Formats: sequence, C-alpha cells, structure tokens
Amino acid sequence: MRQPKIIIVGGGLAGLMASIRVAEAGVPVDLFSIVPVKRSHSVCAQGGINAAKNQKGEGDTTDKHFDDSIYGGDFLANQPLVKRMCEAAPGIIDLLDRMGVMFNRTPEGLLDYRRFGGTLYHRTAFAGATTGQQLLYALDEQVRRHESEGRVRKYEGWTFLSAVLDDSGVCRGICAMDLRSMEVRTFAADAVIFCTGGNGAIFGRSTNSVVCTGSAQSALFQQGVDYANGEFIQVHPTAIPGEDKLRLMSESARGEGGRVWVPKKPGDTRAAKSIPESERFYFLEQWYPKYGNLVPRDIATRAIHKIVFQEKLGLAGQQAVYLDLTHIPRETLDRKLEGILEIYEKFIGVDPRVEPMKVFPGMHYTMGGIWVDNENQATSVPGIYAAGECEYQYHGANRLGANSLVSCIFGGGIAGPAAVKYAKNLEKGSESTDASVFEREKKRQQAMNDALIKQDGSENPVTIWRELGDLMTEHVTVTRYNKNLEIADRKIQDLIARFKKVNLSDRTQWSNQTLNFTRELGNMLVLARVITLGALARNESRGAHYKPDFPERDDANWLKTTRAKWVNNDIQLTYEPVDTSLIKPRPRRYDAAS
Amino acid sequence: MSDKKSDKKKVILRIKRQAGPSDSAHWEEFSLDWRPSMNVIIALRDIAENPVTRDGKKTTPLSYDSNCLEEICGSCAMLINGKARMACSALIDDLEQPIRIEPLSKFPVVRDLAVDRQFMFESLKRVKAWIPIDGTYDLGEGPRVSPEIQEKGYPLSNCITCGSCLEVCPQVNEHSKFVGAAIISQVRLFNMHPTGAMHANERLEALMGPGGIADCANAQNCVEACPKGIPLTESIAQVNREAWKHALLGWLWG
Repeated sequence: MRQPKIIIVGGGLAGLMASIRVAEAGVPVDLFSIVPVKRSHSVCAQGGINAAKNQKGEGDTTDKHFDDSIYGGDFLANQPLVKRMCEAAPGIIDLLDRMGVMFNRTPEGLLDYRRFGGTLYHRTAFAGATTGQQLLYALDEQVRRHESEGRVRKYEGWTFLSAVLDDSGVCRGICAMDLRSMEVRTFAADAVIFCTGGNGAIFGRSTNSVVCTGSAQSALFQQGVDYANGEFIQVHPTAIPGEDKLRLMSESARGEGGRVWVPKKPGDTRAAKSIPESERFYFLEQWYPKYGNLVPRDIATRAIHKIVFQEKLGLAGQQAVYLDLTHIPRETLDRKLEGILEIYEKFIGVDPRVEPMKVFPGMHYTMGGIWVDNENQATSVPGIYAAGECEYQYHGANRLGANSLVSCIFGGGIAGPAAVKYAKNLEKGSESTDASVFEREKKRQQAMNDALIKQDGSENPVTIWRELGDLMTEHVTVTRYNKNLEIADRKIQDLIARFKKVNLSDRTQWSNQTLNFTRELGNMLVLARVITLGALARNESRGAHYKPDFPERDDANWLKTTRAKWVNNDIQLTYEPVDTSLIKPRPRRYDAAS
Repeated sequence: MSDKKSDKKKVILRIKRQAGPSDSAHWEEFSLDWRPSMNVIIALRDIAENPVTRDGKKTTPLSYDSNCLEEICGSCAMLINGKARMACSALIDDLEQPIRIEPLSKFPVVRDLAVDRQFMFESLKRVKAWIPIDGTYDLGEGPRVSPEIQEKGYPLSNCITCGSCLEVCPQVNEHSKFVGAAIISQVRLFNMHPTGAMHANERLEALMGPGGIADCANAQNCVEACPKGIPLTESIAQVNREAWKHALLGWLWG
C-alpha cells in the first residue's frame, strides 16, 4: 500500500498535537515552523485550560462547560463540535497529566482548579501562571520523541509561502522558504494541516508574538481557502501597555481574587494604597454583581473603555485602570501567579504584590479564521486542514478564557487523524502529481521574491506596518462605527497601493528578515481588509463585535457565519447559517441572573 | 557632535555584525531617539525602520531572533554589555551607554545577532527529555503527584532553552561537547516525575561519557545567568549524585 505523507505547518499546541496523532497512526510527518517549535506563541498562554472535571464538588458538568462556551460566544459558534470539545476536555487534561505537565496540585495530589471568566465553576486546571508554556513543552517533548524515532521530520526556520494546488484545485503540498538560505522550495504531501495561530500583528501592538501575523491564513485565502468570521477578534481587558507589545496580564489574576477599580474622583493622583475603600469604584463588581471581576472578556473590555473614555475615570486621566492583587497573601500569589507577576515586575519595575497593577485592554485573540467544516477540521480546499487559533470553529463571537488551549489540542487531535484518513483514501497521491504543478508554484513564489528584492521604491515596510496597526487599533477593535470602518478600508487600500512601491533596505540572500517580513506584510494587508469589511457589513452587536449605532444582537438578520471568499482577486462576503441545534439562543445578560 | 545639537535624548548602541557564518565580524554604531520604557528589541526595530548608522551611512536592518517579547519563548538571548540576557527585557534606561550588543559566543552565528542553538535541542534528544507515554488514547488519569514534587518540578520546567547558561559556562567551548546546565536540569525534572522515574537510568546513562555531567567543573556561573531563576547548580548536584549511584550499582552488580 502507498504510504501517505502529511505536512503540518505551525508547531504550537495544535500543530504539535496533530503531529503526534499523525505519527501515532504510523504516517510520516514533515513539520514546518518559522521558529523552533518550542518557541511558538502557545508559550504565552498563562492562566489555564478548561475541563469540567468537577473536582471541587460544585456539580460542574461538560454540559455546563458547553453552555458557558456557547453563551459566552454569543451563540455564533456551530454547536455540535463545541459540545464534542467540552466532552473531550477532561480526557485532554488526563493526557496532559500523563505527559508530565507540572499542574498545580491539591494536598491529595490531585489537579487543582481555579475560576476563570464567564463561568461560576472552578474549571480551569493550571501550572502556575505559565500554563501554555507548560502544555506546549509537554507536547514538544512528545514530538521530540517521535522525531528521534524517525516519525517526525522538523523544518524549523522555514516559512510557508503558498499551497501547491493541482489543476483540479486539490492541495498536493506546499511551497516554503528557508529563512537562512532564502531558498524557495516545494514539498509534496497528500494532506496539509495548518496550525498557524492568530493575527495580532495586523493590529500592530497586541499580546501576540512576533510570528502571529496571519500571513499563512491570508496566503491560503488568496488561493481560494475560505475565511470565516474575520471581524471577531478579542481584545483582552487586562494587558500592560508597551511600545513593542501589549503584555498580557492573565485573567487568572482575577480568578485568584484580583479586583479591578479606579478612584471615584476623576484625575485623582494620590498613590493607590492611600485611597480609602470608600473612595474606590469597583465598577465590574458593581455593574455585574453575579460574575463580578470574572465577566467575559468582551464585557470587561467594554466596561474599562466606558470608565476611561466616557466616565473619564482613567488613572490620573490616563488610559489605565487598577488590577489589584495586594489584598491576597504573598505566598498564594507566588504559588499560583508568579510567572505573570514577574512579567509585570520586570517590564514595569513595580512589585504587583505591593502596588496595584496598571492595565488597559489590548488585542489578544483571533476568534475568526480559516473556515473549516464542523466534522473534521477540513477547509474549503481538498487536502487542506486547519486547527487551533488560525481557524474559526470553537469560540463564536467571544472566546472564554482558558478555552483556547483546549480548542487547540482538541482541534489538532481531530485534524491529524482526519488528514491521515483523507490521504489514505486518495486514489492518486501527490507522488503522481505532475512535476510541473510544483515547478510553476515555485516559480511564482520565487518571482515575487525577486521582484521585491529588485524593485526601487520609496516605502519602508516597517512604516507601512506601523500605520496599518494604528489604523486597525483605532477603528476596528472595541467600538466600531461604520463611517470609521469605511475610512479604515479606504486607508488599507492606500497602504496596499503604497506597498507596491516598497523598498527593501536589505537585498541580500542570506537570513534576510526584511524580505520575509515584507512578504508577511503583503498578506497582513489583505487579511486586514477581510476583518474590516466583515465588521462593516455586520450591523449588529454580538460578543466582541460592538457597534453603538446597532447596540443589540440581531438574530433575525445576523445569526450567521461570515464566510469570506476570494473571487476575481477581491474579497467577497457570503453568509451561512449557524448550527444552533443543541442550545436555543437566548439573550446574553451578565448583569442579570441568567 | 551632531547628537548634542539636538534637544532629543539619544540612545547609542554599538552592535557587532556579521553577514554570515563564515564572514568576519565588524561593529556598527547607531544613534536613536530615546523614548520611555524602551528596550533593546524596540531599539532594533527602530533601526529596521531607518537603517542608518550613527555617522549617516546606510546599512541593513539587524538579523536577530525574537518572538514573544515577554521572556518566555527564549528566542532573543544575546550579549548586552557583555552579559548574556534576553533582549526583550533589557530596558535601555538600565543599561550603560554606549550599549554593546553581540551575538551569543558559544553558538554558531547565523547572521548578526541570530545564532543557531540546535545543539540544545539535539541534547534534549540525547537525554530523552520526555515522559514515554504509551499513546494519546484514553488511558485515564495520570499518577498522583504531591504538591511538594510539583513545587520542585515546576520551576525546572520553566527552562526556555535560551542558552544563557551555556554561554557563561567555561566548560562549553570549541573543544568540548558539554550539554550544559539546562539539559542536566531537565534530566532532574523528568527523573522526578513518577512515570519519568521508571526510565531514570536511561537518562543518567545518556549523561555519562563525553559531554555529560562529568564535564561540569562547578564554576556555578549558570545559576547566576539563568533569566528564569532555575536552581541549576542544585539540579547538577542532584543528578550527579544519582549518576554516581547508578554507576556504582552498575559496577557492583554489572
């Protein structure tokens, strides 16, 4: 029998889980990653991973996890696969535990669980406040074992450029570039799984890592892979502002009892500790008595924006609120939150055990992504699969905290075997694809590189990127107005025109990071338009998508998935119904009893 | 000096550059506008946007590794004023100027500040730094682990493979294959776990012979350099004891 071959692009949690599953099926894996996989963005996830193990005797169930996730996502997610994910979550925790993840423990030696946003249960397993890092390492170690036993071959330091599609539009492999030699090469495969993460870089500054550009998703989109719910991005309520990056301050800080407040008096410049309780406004607790500081992220983010921009109660008139942990014993903080407290201390130079932290919302997560079916993570192009943050399936209009790690591992775990099954059932594998199919794709990609290297222009790619980020952050994040979205789209088109005149300050052929960044930027610009146009069209407010001119959720007109297609070199928005067969949509009100 | 004429506060960097692995190195100096909360990565990005040296010569942007920018991915380790550290958390205001930036010296240079740390990942293979699970299918819960073991293991598991401990180790040089403190500490981590302990001897044996634990000369620079505060010398001492015990038992009953 023919031995199929699978390529996986991206080595974060989803990509590694998919790799393990494919390797276990006895099928060889070629794993591509821009960075050594151990340095993938999953390491930045902090607070934990959800699973309804009910280990605190609260009567938690997977059905409640499912309901919280659907309700938290404002009913935009297709329900059956989310249900499967919630049912699989306890088993995923067991697996990670068997892999040796150093989860925090109870005195009995069982896993400890903490609270997170959008739920009333202790459902979040955690390893200090660096859970993503610990989970990624566990999977990285398993993949390294498969690698050392010859089942996985890593191509670290390679970037994906495009899919190789044959004349009937079936994926037969990928075209990638070695980031050292800048060699462009094609690789044959019977199926390709994309696990390429989020697209924070489109917003300039975000909580995402440098590699989270959305470039691969955009390249695929421009080859006919549909992209869904692009307009849904998550702005995390508590990030530490910074010029290079908005550093995440995990929801677990509030899960462990952290309180958000501002002084009641506008422009109050007194030191935080000297402001008496009676003069502090714990606005989340007051506005949302049931969930308090643990309302979902979209709600908390809008509340902070309201406090700062409408009530003018930002700290000393600035764009910041307090996230206060100082009432929690130092020993508890060090045991459960040390990783994030260190980040604050290192980058701000203030000890959050002593002084309340100053935080503000920042772009954090990409709910939308590559369209996949609701069965096996297959995209709209045969042979292409997607899992993890780069696809759109699990989080609807707003992701609940600690659901991302579980969705990455679950999605990767489905995509792997699904791709194997597809590859084994192919009548003709990639080995019988004509060499010219690969050759033409390679030539096309090489020509794009050559043109960029040679052209004499007047534009600097970093400048275009900064302008794109500012534009997106200003108009396409928390509060959206149609007239601003129209301006944003026009300006992105201006940037696309300027991008055509880009001038590379580095024309060498060895480890040319400028060339790679410029190619990513070209793709970011296209995806930025997908996000903006999706937001412009959706005249309602749902989850993280908020339009003051259309303040209510509008199920009659907008309970539907945005499915963007690339038609005649342009973006076309289409819509399809959401599968709400399991939980009937109901109003989403965290300020009242549900 | 033109810098003094301008009102703006400046940041002066001296950066060691190298076009490729076999090219010779040279230094370039840059003068940037100071801004609050600047770190070395922000400075490198400023140069990418305007790649001009202090004396007005056009040059290329720097090649360097970076990803998370919050000291958890391990990418951006370099020598900053002679010290191995992560560039993202190196705040400009804390550094004496001109700020000297060089690539790590114990790893092959790819270009400029980017180095090849594949040796560390290969060493992780050598010592079998993983828990050998039977498969990812449902086999129920993992073993119970006491909070005490978790509190010892978790800090070890924070290793970001940045290479700082190898950089400062006198035993890591062109004449040795010493795996370094990070890898030895991983052996301790896996040998501590209830399932990992079943295969402890395989890992100990992997640390015997050339490049293994006997190459440590107890300089103790590693523990000082570790950006994650991992008790590396404690790990080395512990693994050393286990390795001796294993070797001795092997000799007695071998």
